[in-house]
Amino acid sequence: MTFLRRQLPLLITLVTGLLFAAQYYIPHPSSELMLTSVSKWLQIIGGFALILGVTSLFRIHAVKIRRKEPGWGYSFVLYAGMIGTIVIGLWHGGKETTDGITTTFGWIYTFMMVPLQGTMFAILAFFIASAAYRSFRARSREAAVLLIAAIIVMMGRVPLGEHLIPISGDITQWILNVLNASVRRAILIGVSLGAVALSLKIMFGVERAYLGGGKE
Amino acid sequence: MSFEVILGAWVATGLTLFILTFLYQDNPLFKLAEHLYVGVSVGYAIVKTYDTVVIRLIYEPMVMQGDWWLLIPLAIGALMLTRYVPKAAWMSRIAFAFVVGVGSGLAIPRVISSYILKQIEDTVRPLASLATDGSTTFTYSLLNPASNLNAIVLLIGVVSVLFYFFFSVEHTGPGKAVARTGIIFLMIAFGAAFGYTVMARMSLLIGRLTDLIEYAQPQYGRATWWLLAATIATLIVFHARRKGTEPPQ
Repeated sequence: MTFLRRQLPLLITLVTGLLFAAQYYIPHPSSELMLTSVSKWLQIIGGFALILGVTSLFRIHAVKIRRKEPGWGYSFVLYAGMIGTIVIGLWHGGKETTDGITTTFGWIYTFMMVPLQGTMFAILAFFIASAAYRSFRARSREAAVLLIAAIIVMMGRVPLGEHLIPISGDITQWILNVLNASVRRAILIGVSLGAVALSLKIMFGVERAYLGGGKE
Repeated sequence: MSFEVILGAWVATGLTLFILTFLYQDNPLFKLAEHLYVGVSVGYAIVKTYDTVVIRLIYEPMVMQGDWWLLIPLAIGALMLTRYVPKAAWMSRIAFAFVVGVGSGLAIPRVISSYILKQIEDTVRPLASLATDGSTTFTYSLLNPASNLNAIVLLIGVVSVLFYFFFSVEHTGPGKAVARTGIIFLMIAFGAAFGYTVMARMSLLIGRLTDLIEYAQPQYGRATWWLLAATIATLIVFHARRKGTEPPQ
């Protein structure tokens, strides 16, 4: 039983890891087919992960309603939004338009999801600005550099900024394409080295946190 | 204009205003829109997943084309659901092991090739160019990311930032100067990322405000004005009710 509970998952990780690492070096149609198939398999398994997530969300709000916790009425709004969208979406076969005509599911997307999502992210502009006001004072040389770079990029991204400081557009492009690119490249190299090291640790069973706790 | 579009304009305007009320303070209108957002988003994701995974990836290939190999990922996925049965929960490890194993195996060669070797190759470029007549040239244009001057700036930036994150050597003497250069590069990049993000959010806000202005037109029944008045009135009522229930200071 210990083999099934502990060694078998580690063995599966090792074998699949080595198999798909080797796949990259085998330029053969069957190797490509294997990659295409496993990509679809991962999407199918991901669908089951969604079931886990949605069930958890359902359970949290059901508990809130049962215990009549503060704001429990909003859980009904969440349920109504979710169930309503699912029923209408399945009714229309998951299609936003049919023969060029917007379905009710498409209406939900256009007039509910897009405005809600857009506004939710848009209000972050105010909070970022407020956070910047409090923390962006040039208290050190490094903070001053950050502040100046931010101001130049903000000016260079709008016509008004370019009108006030004509060179700001060119400097913004240079900052984004050269200075920013060099830092992104360095961070990417570092992160990638870390990702490869972590992948090797997972494959060889050194890192086992993904298996979770519980009974052995 | 069709009834659906006018109704949609009213709903979109109302939800946009409800979310924007959070700028005043947390209130029931915002919470209502927030919970609706979560519900609709999850519902949308479920429908899209059903359409993509259940219909296109499972039903059509399996039932119509007879690809019964798909029973394997179905079985692996079903193992994930054993999390709900305490005695059989260990079986979900098999599913996680498969996903993590495949992910690790796929990542190693691709990450090394695309994100390490390719990035190093693009960083270590000739510092001077060879002209057609055989002479060497050096281009100074800062606006051209491929110029020789920018190649040097890029090289200095990448090396200094990598050195700043390299803690196996103490940052003293010449190493301190290199690490300081790395910090300056990092600060410029963080500032640029901040400025870029702020402007992206502003762009979204302008989009929402454009919609609000459009829906204030008579053909939409002046939805923005009516709903703005209703939202402000509701906020005043909530504020007054909360003030009445608050204990005296």
